[in-house]
Order: sequence, then C-alpha cells, then structure tokens
Amino acid sequence: MPNKSILVVGGGISGLTTALEAAEVGYDVYLVEKNSYLGGRVAQMHHYFPKLCPPNCGLEINFKRLRRNPRIKFFTCAEVQKISGRKGDFDVTVKVNPRYVKPECTACGDCVAACPVERPNEFNYGLDKTKAIYLPHPFAFPMKYIIDRAACPDGCSKCVEACKYNAIGLNMAAETVNLKVGAIVYATGWKPYDAAKISYYGFGRHQNVLTNVMLERLAVPNGPTEGRIVRPSDGKEPETIAFVQCAGSRDENHQPYCSQICCLATLKHITYIRENNPNAKIYVFYIDIRALGKYEDFYTKVAQDENVVFIKGKVGEITEDPATGDLTLETEDQGAGQTVKQTVNMVVLATGMAPSVLDTGVPSELAASDSDGFVVSDIAQTGIGGAGCARKPMEVSASVRDATAAALKAIQAAVGGGK
Amino acid sequence: MTKKQAVYFCTGCGIGEALDVQALVKVAKGEFRIQDVKEHSFLCGPEGVDLIKKDIEAGANTVTIAACSERVCYDVFNFGPSVIVERVPLRERVAWVQEPGDEDTNMMAEDYVRMGLSRAKATELPEPFLVENPSKTILVVGGGLTGMTAALEAAGAGYEVVLVEKEATLGGWAGKVYKLPPLAEPYTEPAENNIPALAKAIEDNPKIKVYTGATMESIAGGPGVFDAKIKQNGSTVQERVGAIVLATGALPYDPKKLEYLGYGKPNVVTHADVEEMAKSGKLKNVKRVAFIQCAGSRDAERLPYCSAACCIETLKQAVYLKEFNPNVQAYIFYKDIRATGKYEHFYKAVQQTGAVFIKTEIPGVQVNEDGGKLAVEAKDIILGEDITIGDLDLVVLANGMQTNAAFGEEIAEEAEEEAAAAKEDELAAKPDQIIKSNMLNLVYRQGPEMPALKYGFPDSHFICFPYETRRTGIYAAGAVRATMHVPTAIEDAAGAALKAIQCVECVARGEAVHPRAGDTSYPEFNMNRCTQCKRCTEECPFGAINEDEKANPLPERTRCRRCGTCMGACPERIISFKDYSVPMIGGMAKTIEVPEEDEEKPRILIFACENDAIPALDMAGINRLKYSAWVRVIPLRCLGSLNLVWVSDAMSSGFDGLLLLGCRHGDDYQCHFIKGSELAEVRLSKVSETLDRLGLESERCRMHQISIMDYYRIPKLIEEFVEKLDELGPNPMKGF
Repeated sequence: MPNKSILVVGGGISGLTTALEAAEVGYDVYLVEKNSYLGGRVAQMHHYFPKLCPPNCGLEINFKRLRRNPRIKFFTCAEVQKISGRKGDFDVTVKVNPRYVKPECTACGDCVAACPVERPNEFNYGLDKTKAIYLPHPFAFPMKYIIDRAACPDGCSKCVEACKYNAIGLNMAAETVNLKVGAIVYATGWKPYDAAKISYYGFGRHQNVLTNVMLERLAVPNGPTEGRIVRPSDGKEPETIAFVQCAGSRDENHQPYCSQICCLATLKHITYIRENNPNAKIYVFYIDIRALGKYEDFYTKVAQDENVVFIKGKVGEITEDPATGDLTLETEDQGAGQTVKQTVNMVVLATGMAPSVLDTGVPSELAASDSDGFVVSDIAQTGIGGAGCARKPMEVSASVRDATAAALKAIQAAVGGGK
Repeated sequence: MTKKQAVYFCTGCGIGEALDVQALVKVAKGEFRIQDVKEHSFLCGPEGVDLIKKDIEAGANTVTIAACSERVCYDVFNFGPSVIVERVPLRERVAWVQEPGDEDTNMMAEDYVRMGLSRAKATELPEPFLVENPSKTILVVGGGLTGMTAALEAAGAGYEVVLVEKEATLGGWAGKVYKLPPLAEPYTEPAENNIPALAKAIEDNPKIKVYTGATMESIAGGPGVFDAKIKQNGSTVQERVGAIVLATGALPYDPKKLEYLGYGKPNVVTHADVEEMAKSGKLKNVKRVAFIQCAGSRDAERLPYCSAACCIETLKQAVYLKEFNPNVQAYIFYKDIRATGKYEHFYKAVQQTGAVFIKTEIPGVQVNEDGGKLAVEAKDIILGEDITIGDLDLVVLANGMQTNAAFGEEIAEEAEEEAAAAKEDELAAKPDQIIKSNMLNLVYRQGPEMPALKYGFPDSHFICFPYETRRTGIYAAGAVRATMHVPTAIEDAAGAALKAIQCVECVARGEAVHPRAGDTSYPEFNMNRCTQCKRCTEECPFGAINEDEKANPLPERTRCRRCGTCMGACPERIISFKDYSVPMIGGMAKTIEVPEEDEEKPRILIFACENDAIPALDMAGINRLKYSAWVRVIPLRCLGSLNLVWVSDAMSSGFDGLLLLGCRHGDDYQCHFIKGSELAEVRLSKVSETLDRLGLESERCRMHQISIMDYYRIPKLIEEFVEKLDELGPNPMKGF
C-alpha cells in the first residue's frame, strides 16, 4: 500500500503552491521550511511585475487557504536531513531547529522593548537591524517571534521576564521529526547570485553599488528606509542610476545560464525609481532585453519613458569616486561602436538566481541535478524532484504554474507507488 | 441546529488594560441574554482553550471569542466542523488602535461585541451542495502537444479522460514539425519529435477516450455535471464530464500580412514551411539562409506582444539545417535573442556553429530578389552601418503566433451593452470581451466562450494564481492561453490537468474551488420573491447563473465561487448563504449603537473586503496605528456582495458616513472575484439618488481601493473622511 502523503520542501511561493494545490485535491501534505516564516523570497518583494501589485496580497490568500485546510501540516525553522526508501514509500528525517519562542507566543511584542541588543536584519539584506528577539517581518506567517541566540548577551533573560505568557524557551533544543511520505517535491527556490564574486563591479567595496534584491527592500513602504530609494553612503536620493544586466548571468565565469527574471525585474525597478524621483535619469546596460510574451507590453511601456536610456553592451568595470560616492561604469556601447564611460550616483546590479539547493543538496540518490545545480529529476518517475526555481530559473507566475504541475506529478508518484 | 451560545473574553495582549471588560460582559449577558460568558487573561493558552473545550463538551455549539483577529490563533480556536466559531478582534480592531481606558474606546468594543454576537446568532453551519453522481472525467479540448500531455497527465493520476481533436489525427502544430527544440541537458541539439510516441501512449491508455475529426457542439451544466455534446462525422455524442482543459493552441501569424518582409517572393517562407521542407527533404540545396525574427511580433501595428517561441524555433532550425547541408550558413536578424533560462546554453551552442547574429530593428529590414536569389538589407546596430546579406537561397520569417481564441465574432454581453447605451453618463462595469471562437460553445447566459483578457487570450490576470479562471472548472493551457514555447506548454498542460482534477474532487465534496477553496456554503434563492430583474445573472463574474425564457435565474451551483456578488446585486434580497446573508450583515450594522446628535459622537460604517482590506486593518492594528474612534468595521466576502439596502438602512439609521474598502479595479485589478470591487463602486454611484431622497449629501458615502500593503495609509484615509463629515455636519436622520 503506497503512502499517499506528499512532502514539500520549501515554503516560498512554489512550495506553498504545490502544498496547497495537492491538499485541495485531497492529499495530506507536509511542508518543511527552513526560515521561521512561510512566503520565502517573494515576501521580500515590493511589487510583482508587470501588474505592480504587492506579493503580500497573493500570499495572504495562500495563507488563508492554508489556515482553513486541515490536510497541510507545516514546519518552520526546519530542514530535511535524511531521505530513504523509494517512490511511494519514503522515510524522511526532518530537523526542527529551536525558535526559542514557544507556540504560546501571542505576538504582543512586549519582549522587543525589553531586549537590550541588536543584530543585522537579514530580511532586509542587512540594511537595518532588529533586536535579538524579533518578528521576522511585519507580515510574518506564522505571526510568532524568534530569537537569534547567537546575538543574546551571556546570561540575559530580559525577554523571559517581559513575557506575560511564559512563551520564551531559551533552552529549547532541536527536535527530530520522522515522516512517511509517497512523494517529495523540492521547492527550495533561489538565492541571489553572490555579487561580491563579480569583483570588477565593486559590490561590497563601493557603498552605492547595490543588488536588485536590495532595491526591493528600499522601495517597500515598511522597509528600512520606509520606501525611500536612497544611497547607502549619504542617504541622498540618487539623480542618476545605472542598471547592470546579466551581472553574473550568461557568463561562463559565473553562471552560464540566463536567470530569466532580471530584465523584467529591472523594468519594474525603473518604475519604483521613477515614482520615487520624477527627475531621475536611468541607464540600462544590457545584452538582450528578454521580455517574453505579454511582458513585452511592460517593456514597451517602460521604454517609452524619456528618462530611461537602454544601452546595449556589457559593463566591464565600475570605479568609485571616494569623495562623492559616485560611480563610473566603463562599457562598450555596441550601438555606438565605442567605449563609453558613464558616471552615476548609484548602480544596481541585476544579479540573477542561483539554486538554493546548491548549499544543502538533496540527500537522496534518486534526485538528479543538472550541470547548473538545478533539481531536474521527474517526480512522477523517481518520486522526488524539483518545482519552481529549484528546477530552473523562472518568474513568479511560471513558478506557480510549475508548482501546480509538480503537485500533479507528486500525486502520480504517491498513487502509483512502487510502479 | 439548536444553538447553545457561549462567549469568551480574553484580557491578554493589552485588551484588559485598554478596555472595561465588565461592560462587555454586560452586553453579552444583558443585551444578548447569554448565560455562558467567561473571561481569561490568556485565552489562547492551554488553560484558556481547555475552558472553551469543556463548554463544548457540555453542549455549547456556537462560541464567540472576543480576543484577537481570526488571522492568528486560527489553529487553537478551531473546534471542528460542528462548532460555529465567531471571532471578535478586540485586539487588532480596538485595543491596539484606540486610546486605552477611553469612553469612546469602550463604546467601540461594545459595538464589536454586539456585531459578533449578532452574527453568531444569525449564522448557521453550511451544508455542502452535493450533486448526484458527479463525474470525475476530464474533458480535454484540443489534441496537440498541450492537450495530449494534459490527457496523459490526468490519466496518470487515475482519472478518465475524453480528448477531442478537430483534425483527423492527434498532434496539432507539434505533430507537423520535423524536430522539437531541446527539452533536456545539454540543450545543444534539437529533440526528436515525440508526438507519435505520445499518440501511441494515448491510444494504449484505457482511461483516455479519443474523438478525432470532432468539435464541441455545446457544453452545458457545470463542474461535475457538464454535458458535453461532441460533433463527429455528422453525428453527435454526449459525454458527462467533471472539468475541462481548453488546449486549442495557436495559429502561426498570417504570413500574408508580412509582405513588407518579402512574403510572396519566391523562397521567402515561414517557420512552418521550413518544418515541412525538412520532413520532405527539400533543404539540401539551402546553402545560405537568413532568418528574420519578430516577423509580425513586437510590432504595434501587428502583434504588439512577443510570441515567446520564435527565437528558440529559429535556433532549432539553424541547427538542423546542417543535417541537410553541413556547410549551410545562417544569418539571423534579431531585436533581442530571447533564449531565456537554460536555453542560453542552446543560444551559445548555435553561436558556436558559426551562425551570424545581426541586431537590427525588424520593420526596417528589406528583403529583395537578387538574380534568382534573395538579399536582406538591414541596419546592423552593432556595427552602426547598413549591410546587405546577399546570395541567399532562403529567407525564413519567424512569424509568431496568435491564439485560436482570438478568431471569431466578438460579442460584448448584450445586456451590459444595452445598459451602457441607455445611461451613458452613468458609471457602468466594463463588459466582458467574449469572442465566438467556436471552441467550447458553452450554453452560458454570458456567452459561448471564455472571456478574453488581452489580445484574445483567455488568460488569467493573476501572477500568483495563473489558473484562476473566469469560468469555473474550465482551465486554459498552452498557446491558447498565452504565447509560449514547447517546454512551457508541457508544464502548463500538467498544471491545468491538476486544477481540473482538483475541481472535480472539490465538487464531489460539495466545496468551492479557488479562491474560497473548501467553502461549503452556497447561495440559495427564494424564488417566490424574484422579480426577474436579471441583475444576478448579469453581474455574476463567473457566469454561474443561467436564465429561463421568463428571465428566472437558474443557478448552476457547481459553477459558483461563493463571492456573493449575486446577493449584493439582488434588489429583492432573495439570495442568501447559510453563513452570509443580507439580513445577517444588515443586522450587524443595526446592532451598532448610534449616539444622538447632541452627544457629538459621529459614527462611520466601514464595509471592508476580507481578502485585502481586512488584513490591512489587522496590520494597522499590529503596528499600533491609531485611528478615529468613530469607525465600525464589517467584513464582507467581497465588496461585490454589497447590497444597497445596507447603505440606505445605515444612512437612515443615523450613520454619518459610510466607507467601502475594496481591492483595486481597472486593467490591473486585484479583486479575486474579478469584478466585485468595480460593481460595488458602480452600485455606490447609484445610491446617490436614494441619499438625495433622504436629504443627504452623496459625499457621505465613499470608496477607497486599497491593498494589504496600504495599512499605513488607513489612519489618514479615515481621518480625511472624518474631516469631510465634520464639514457636512451630523446626519439629520439621527434619532428618527
């Protein structure tokens, strides 16, 4: 008798989708997420292209689906450690890391006022800080606090004293959960390609060289700058901004594939900047603008903006003027057939996506990865495979479509069992 | 069911400090005569939950929990399907947004308790609508790559499938090609055409019944009970099916419209022509070939969109031309090479074969005859000069695609058109675009096909819900839905098959599908009082209600998405859900105490959409954003369910203002019931007449379109409205 339940690893938009779609058919689903909240990368976005609508709106509906569906059991702060067995009959060991805050947490927030220390806020890519006890982000689901124990001063228990609900467990330990499932979907998503590896662009050295994911946090009204897009060096609004496309993508020295989303992400970022500062002048250095299908309409709309200049050419180097924090990009303008230098106030690197699974791997021989590290094995055949950006680079809408398809493959694997 | 009510007040999270809970207890015991009223300082803790559970064991079946919002603690306060749980969000809606200990704060809390108890009294447990012998068979319309894949995927999960293809054989567009683009690593060589293998797999699959040379004569009914009439060889067969995948594909863009790129000249051909030439071995003599990309696509005069597949198709043909003539030289004139994702590897491989890529602007490329051969003139943007590539044996136009759904006579909904014509000056909801493409032939009041979104595509508007559709149980997939290349169509087919399967399972359980998945309530019509005004049938965004010849509504319950738009539309208020009705919401508003004019305590009623506006109000609470104490919020399933009687009742009972908070509408609408917030705004514009009759200013009613992220704007929106109402002075109806 095959086990008909499904394990989904990763609780971002793809994993949530696979889990919800399978559960709404009628299957039992376990969802394992390594962060302390569900929603993944999209929870960090200001808008989706091309509608420019807030991702939290779609996430809210998904959380509502999840709240009312008894067939899904989810774990946060959790990671898959071991997978054994075969299609239709897997045994999975999941490690649930301590949150140091118990389920009794009411999210009243009294602990935050009592906490004496701060730590960099990874949700905002280090652009601001949180206390050692913190809500991962304003829309966090589940709405429970968490403690970064590494940031706690020795012997401090101020939050314990402040909590009226006895919800803090500074001595909580990791727990192990064993699951029996029939199919496993890896929807572990992506991480931004490490911009520091593209040394000639100066990310990490030049303060006003940012990545596209950081710009999302600057644009969002509840982000570290309350929605003001400003330079890290002086907090001033940039008047001139350059976007460097394919930063680390389509490049044999970095990632040879195209990350699919960065062109459209940049077009979207242009709308953020133009709304923020109507006088801003924007330069986009690109190889090809890849706006497939109806996304072309979005490109057409943004390209009509007189303040936006598209320059075909790959940026070679970015240098900083230490006095002003301004940056000079050197590139060959293929359109004009000459080397050009462009000085701007701020540079945004359109870094692409690397599969998150590159860090952890999939602990099963049945899962196959391709040469770029994406999980490509067919779930229906092997019982284990990828969905969304774990499988190949794709935008949100494609991820949801792919994750829906993965739900069907997982059902086929679970129902088909050992066939 | 006989209700046994119990009420619980939580005093934790600052509620006890901000409010006089004893006064709230008095409301429950005195005004609502409820015996079982308890308080706890940590109701969501194990002890608090036990308190509730014990009462339920002792017979309580309707529990009102006055504590936090239903968006939190939903798990600990879930007592199973037979217990009605009403949540009164004292924490987010009062304690965290008002001055603690203030008289007005407590009046607000008392009103929320009254509203909650009023609703708890009126609500009933829904009983699922179960159809007899619901069909779980999936109908797939279109037997090309997408349709064949959808059929096999659904059958692979154990479902019966009926596959209908208009041609004599399966395969569609992909069946006619020589090779497919690469579908797996290393992405360097075209893939063998697997359509014959797919066709064989379908033939061998006992779960799939195939009708070729067949079209849909009509489809009536709804999910679980669709009656599909299939026309084949002059006769009609009827199949009962549960859900439908529409996979009728696309047509290549008409090359006759490409004369400006040389079509009509000898040896100027299309992508499809090259496939045919490859299959019949006619490419041996092609030594020099030019491809012209975006032939018709990305062109404001022709197809403004990108056809998504043509770059990869050109790369594929450039590679396999070498099979016929290893020395073939290809020139590719392009705007951008859109080899996204893993196809970058393919682009690179083709570059290494020696193919020459020339970046140019496509209208602007000139194809000339050149002494029996062809020549292409263009501006090479990279070299910055005009070039001519001559001595060409073949010029291939990458002519893109156009959805099959775009071909046919266009009908706007007649009734809406009439209404718009009659009262041009009035605000009206935009009619749906439905094109009679002869693909489904739905027997629906709203028209025979899926509503088109843009360029004729019956696509979803939602980024996060690409299969969200305007016709319940019908899911479009593949190139009929959006331009796409082969691997995307394969994925899309599996996704649509999953949604179709999910739909038939939901119908079998008597539940709604997305976005109210799992909801077992459904609208009931009290037909005795129906005046055949047709508003419900016209306004249902999902075409769920047909009409008989006398204009009586005929609801197809399994098509219903449970938004309540019909309930809001009905002037006679004959449409109700067990747990949501006009009297229930009206009763909540009526239970609010409206102080006399001399007390100088205005009252503003807010109807807020529970999908975005209510979470936004919650977020305002969580962020402790203070706002006016005059407001009272009632959540609605969707603003589309707003019934105007609530507005006139509220105004005649002395409310000073009424505010609607709903989702953005227009081209980039965010309403998951598509038209709900738009219809609410239209209805509100029509209420001004009523207000005039009552001697009231129409400015007392307004609507804001907000999203969940606008929570920080809520205090200001409310404040501005309070200021406006201050200007207008109190509602003169107070005290009448």
